[in-house]
Amino acid sequence: MKVLVAVKRVIDYNVKVRVKPDNSDVDLNNVKMAMNPFCEIAVEEAVRLKEKGVATEIVVVSIGPKVAQEQIRTSLALGADRGILIETEEKLESLTVAKLLKAVVEKEQPQLVVLGKQSIDSDNNQTGQMLGALTGLPQGTFASEVVVDGDKVNVTREVDAGLRTVGLSLPAIVTTDLRLNEPRYASLPNIMKAKRKPLETVSPADLGVEIKSTQTVVKVTPPAERSAGIKVADVAELVEKLKNEAKVL
Amino acid sequence: MTILVIAEHDNAALNAATLNVVAAAKQIGGDIEVLVAGEACGAVADAAAKIDGVSKVVVADNAAYKYQIAEPMGDLVAELGAGYSHILAAASTTGKDFMPRTAALLDVNMISDIVAVESADTFVRPIYAGNAIATVQSSDGVKVITVRGTGFDPVAAEGGSAAVEATAIVKESAISAFVSEELAASDRPDLAAAEIVISGGRGMGNGENFDILYKVADKLGAAVGASRAAVDAGFVPNDMQVGQTGKIVAPSLYIAVGISGAIQHLGGMKESKVIVAINKDEEAPIFQVADYGLVADLFDAVPELEKLV
Repeated sequence: MKVLVAVKRVIDYNVKVRVKPDNSDVDLNNVKMAMNPFCEIAVEEAVRLKEKGVATEIVVVSIGPKVAQEQIRTSLALGADRGILIETEEKLESLTVAKLLKAVVEKEQPQLVVLGKQSIDSDNNQTGQMLGALTGLPQGTFASEVVVDGDKVNVTREVDAGLRTVGLSLPAIVTTDLRLNEPRYASLPNIMKAKRKPLETVSPADLGVEIKSTQTVVKVTPPAERSAGIKVADVAELVEKLKNEAKVL
Repeated sequence: MTILVIAEHDNAALNAATLNVVAAAKQIGGDIEVLVAGEACGAVADAAAKIDGVSKVVVADNAAYKYQIAEPMGDLVAELGAGYSHILAAASTTGKDFMPRTAALLDVNMISDIVAVESADTFVRPIYAGNAIATVQSSDGVKVITVRGTGFDPVAAEGGSAAVEATAIVKESAISAFVSEELAASDRPDLAAAEIVISGGRGMGNGENFDILYKVADKLGAAVGASRAAVDAGFVPNDMQVGQTGKIVAPSLYIAVGISGAIQHLGGMKESKVIVAINKDEEAPIFQVADYGLVADLFDAVPELEKLV
């Protein structure tokens, strides 16, 4: 079966973001960029499905500027077979992203679509679910285990109260949580091989999707800073402070 | 302007997170109606009708909604919610699951995880794991919003007397079904609602060592949480994870034990009123946000803490 994986280029998760002085946005100039960590987990899951003989082809799609090719190449080095870049310089909202992905799903007809549950920049946690609604496909979000069985997939989800498993008929959508797998590193030979794998570039217009925006960012500010408090010498002093100073015990 | 709030519940009891969502709805302003979708959820509907400020409760009582699976819930809320100005749900794993489906079906964008209301169309939400705070204005006809409970003080659970009516909308899903669940069984308070939370990190060493935290927690009536490192290492189950992608908590007292204080963890607890850090590494970043820091071996300090509280 064919698996489609969507990946996003975001700020590297080790980088601490700074807000621009004019409060218009965060400052991404000269900041290291990388694949969204949840998307890495999505690629890894697809590669494991291929290694198990469940998946036969892995197509990776990304939406963004030309440099987002880097994240597609990384995915190809990890084991994906071919890539699609939907090239745009515009900042897109989740609904538009989901509409673009829907167009790719209609063209590619994958049996499984795997996405990260959220990107670490906008922290929206929306795209996979929106894609589900637009395509009419079922979803297994925040997945910690994915088991394909014939024309069904069982997805174990990390939920507030513990774990919950849902059974979905294929084709289906899965969004990954942290503990689904531990992504591998790409080997140098595979990085070299990835350069020769096919990567197609299309525009939103090619896919018949009009880019619309309904949200305006009024401002972006730094969070209220907590200042470091005091060090206490021992447990007795800690308990005394909590009782008499902070009055929380 | 009428706002539809989707109740968070387990068919037997209303989850307190709903009270924070109603509080957000009150700040937006307008009539507030609550949807209770479930099976045999009459007690929840009665509880919702008593919430302060609620004018009507709509009940969708059908086997299709028993587990609040995303596909039928998304369909139901999109059809029922189309006439409302705002649709609000808790930013729980249930709300996060179905609300984006609802938004897409209504052909609108969604605003996730709001922590403040500026006006009826402008909301504040953390981005970049809480390292930046965005104020976002929406021009969508229906505003579909999930609410982070820690941003809003709950409204009173009693005092209202809303009318309860049933909806006939039934949305069944042939493509998805509940299979099974493993729920954490605990007599301790719910992490998200507890007044005191004590959390353990990688420094705990293993799952058995969490017993020393449970003992303190039981004396304090506290909930027990964990860092991502402790959950990834398999010490404790995922439902205990506090952090940007786990549970967001803001108790009166948060005690971080053997937790270094990664950005991801701080994003889930730094709104706590008082933060205590116990760590033997005095350079640990957690001390930068702690009101009271104790540099000590947790295996000495925690049992002593249990004795002294």
